[in-house]
Amino acid sequence: MTAPATTQTAVLAEPTAPGRLASIADSLIRSIGPIILAFLACGLILLVLGRDPIAFYEDIVTAGLLRPSGLQDSITRMAPILLIGVGLIVVFRATLWNLGSEGQYLLAAAMVAGLGPIVLDTVPAPLGWVVLMLVAMAVGAGWTLIPALLKAIYGMNEIITTLMMTFIGVGLANLFVKGPFKGTSMVPQTAVIPKGMMLLDLPVTRVHVGVIIALVVVVIVHLALTRTSFGTRLDVLGANPRAAVHLGINVPRLIVLAFVISGALIGLAAAVDILGIFGYMRADWNPAYGLKVIPLVFLARLNALALIPFAAFFSVVSIGGEYAARQAGLPSDFLLLVVGLILIFMVATQYFSDKRARGERIVPRRRKASA
Amino acid sequence: MRVMADAPAPAPATLSSTAGTPVPAVELIDITKVFPGVIANDHISLSVLPGEVLCLLGENGAGKSTLMSILSGLYRPDEGRIRVDGSDVRIDSPRRGRDLGIGMVHQHLSLIPTLTVLENLMLGSNKGIILDEKTARTRIADLASTLGITVDADARAGSLALGQQQHVEIIKALWKGSKVLILDEPTSMLTPQGIAELQKVLVELKTSGLAIIFITHKLHEAIAIGDRVTILKQGRVVGTIGPEILRSSTPQQLQRRIVATMFGEEADEVADVAELREDLEGHRVRRTMSETPLLELVGVSAPGHHGQYGVSDVSLAVRGGEILGIAGVDGNGQRALAEVIAGQRRPSAGDIRLAAASIVKLTVSSRQRLGLRYVTDDRLGEGVVRPFAVGMNLVLKRIGDKPFWRRGTIDRVAINATARELIAQFDIRTPSSETRIGKLSGGNIQKALLARELSFQPRVVVFSKPTHGLDVRTIAMVRERIRELAGRGVATVVISTDLDELIDLSDRVAVLFEGKIAGIVDNGPGAETRIGELIVGAQAA
Repeated sequence: MTAPATTQTAVLAEPTAPGRLASIADSLIRSIGPIILAFLACGLILLVLGRDPIAFYEDIVTAGLLRPSGLQDSITRMAPILLIGVGLIVVFRATLWNLGSEGQYLLAAAMVAGLGPIVLDTVPAPLGWVVLMLVAMAVGAGWTLIPALLKAIYGMNEIITTLMMTFIGVGLANLFVKGPFKGTSMVPQTAVIPKGMMLLDLPVTRVHVGVIIALVVVVIVHLALTRTSFGTRLDVLGANPRAAVHLGINVPRLIVLAFVISGALIGLAAAVDILGIFGYMRADWNPAYGLKVIPLVFLARLNALALIPFAAFFSVVSIGGEYAARQAGLPSDFLLLVVGLILIFMVATQYFSDKRARGERIVPRRRKASA
Repeated sequence: MRVMADAPAPAPATLSSTAGTPVPAVELIDITKVFPGVIANDHISLSVLPGEVLCLLGENGAGKSTLMSILSGLYRPDEGRIRVDGSDVRIDSPRRGRDLGIGMVHQHLSLIPTLTVLENLMLGSNKGIILDEKTARTRIADLASTLGITVDADARAGSLALGQQQHVEIIKALWKGSKVLILDEPTSMLTPQGIAELQKVLVELKTSGLAIIFITHKLHEAIAIGDRVTILKQGRVVGTIGPEILRSSTPQQLQRRIVATMFGEEADEVADVAELREDLEGHRVRRTMSETPLLELVGVSAPGHHGQYGVSDVSLAVRGGEILGIAGVDGNGQRALAEVIAGQRRPSAGDIRLAAASIVKLTVSSRQRLGLRYVTDDRLGEGVVRPFAVGMNLVLKRIGDKPFWRRGTIDRVAINATARELIAQFDIRTPSSETRIGKLSGGNIQKALLARELSFQPRVVVFSKPTHGLDVRTIAMVRERIRELAGRGVATVVISTDLDELIDLSDRVAVLFEGKIAGIVDNGPGAETRIGELIVGAQAA
């Protein structure tokens, strides 16, 4: 009930400069608050497990950020997270749930790893990279087509179809790696792309240009979402699908387009990973980015630029965390716990700040003796 | 004194206002509620006696809904006290409100359409895990007989007419035994027959000793139904008319009095839209109409959705400058007709022509570009995108078009410039063009929709319930716009369930019944009866 704001004559004060500042501060609290709370909670768990939380976090920071090699690894790790992240943002803004990023990623990775050695052997490396990236994008996009069309034409639930396509995609990727793309070694894996044909590193670093590509793509996607008519249409579809029909937006086409772009960006993430870091793909290999990126995307409130700091943070935690967990004698699964807690605290923070926005008290007022 | 549940009717002693000073069933004292930037309720005091109907009258945004939300426990007041049966209470949740015997029927019905009446009523009222169906059935029968109606407990809620659904909502509000029943604009979606039935039910409830608060913004209803009328304006009580005056004055005197209280010196301009029927004839002016029809429907059929009627074999022709009214009981194909013309629903047969050219294959946006516009009645559901700014909403039917998008890039300066013009032109009361449209009142949202649809050279405009749920002043403004539009040679279709409105506006009125055109009546003396016969006669069939 929006009754309060509806009085015609009593006009609301517009948010002025201090109001904007307050809203920036508010979104900062909403985004960073959950992370701090999650670290506090993890600290308690570490204490219970008899580990030193301070040392654990110190290890994370040292290994993920302060050590040059760690820092470079962290930066490199950002590339796939950013690309998958913006791929998800494109569809999530339209409240279309592409939960099949893993299938799209792995299938694209298998193609790049399988075709990579052959393509790079026949054409000059830069041209080969472009070709392979386009192939990966096409594969990622193609793998969204069935769910996208089912959603666009029949309104079928894309959550189920994208998840189902993931099972098929993961299986198919492994079949390719064990079958036609299998290299000459005994282990089921593809042939290895020679070191010299991998993506170039930035000068004096081990950080490959894929990171730059990812950052550029993030900016382009951000501009497309906030400045173009395509972005507006996506937002309309996300905020009110019935209004989208009423306004004359071609909803089926928009759904397919959003899915295809999403899949293409996720496919690009795979190409960047294979060409930049791994150089080959082993059977049953799965970095399982999908589930880790989804909370980041929501922490960034579906804003592509805001994703950058979260991706950086996550990279540091995962690179540094692997080391810290090893030092503390904990399995690396402990990191999933941190991510899970962040997500839970994020939901809680959201709930309370929404409550505050409605003008209610966060802590229910105890009954006073008055009246 | 829990109403109705217990067999012997409550003692009628409280009904007579002469026997000492009766204790009000509920009393609001100095209630103040402030929302950021707005004082919704400013020291409001009012009380209702058992066996009395208090009508709460006021424009949209006058604070009626906020006040009732406070009484039913949805909001807490910043200041003030609430007394129930003479003792102070604190209503800090809707559940507490229900426990105190305060039942509320909201303007928008909230039954779950796929469940039966019985299931809907047992939802949330059943204590244990196992559903006590037998007791519930007895309770339904008891309450229905108190209301003087019959209810089919096993009918699916969605299959009931709106009036019947509302009866179920009233039963739901009384389920736990209420002393006070709040009805928030209960007539806004009912047919004339439904309203008459509701009035009967209210009389039954009154005699059983219930205190009723009836929220409305229609003067004639307040006068006909209320024992007392309290007028709210901008969060304050600006007048109360007691039972003595209500009984001793003619409806005309009362209307003038209320209009004067509500609008002060502007009263005269709006007095005649305030449903003073004798003036209606004076509104119709002869307009010049085009020779050939601008909009033509030839044998159009389209499927219905959600159990509503579609349209079958509908043929209509509307000339430029003509206002064609579409009458009928809600749910007889109105939505299908509007959507099929707008292009939102695909017809299964027939042809639609705009200026003699077939548009039946064109998309919504191509039709929009040709000047075909549709002002939807589902303003929040599909009309606006609530989280978007007012300015953005005003151009949403032109996404990607110049000058708002240039070379694919949004031009917010151009959007805001146009928005400011339209805001001024259509008198949209909004803090700025960048305010979220969801924050505006219903009347201002409708003005925004009009601004969007009527700008950029309209040729054919379909209005669906254009004044539904608006206050008298906005109703006057909207109808004036429609006349003005027709005066400019636009072919205009007005779909409405409000017969007075159609008589007031239309040149001809077509009656929809079960998706078919039951007849087309030229407006003029006697037209109202003819149309009424077509609607009612068709209903009897």
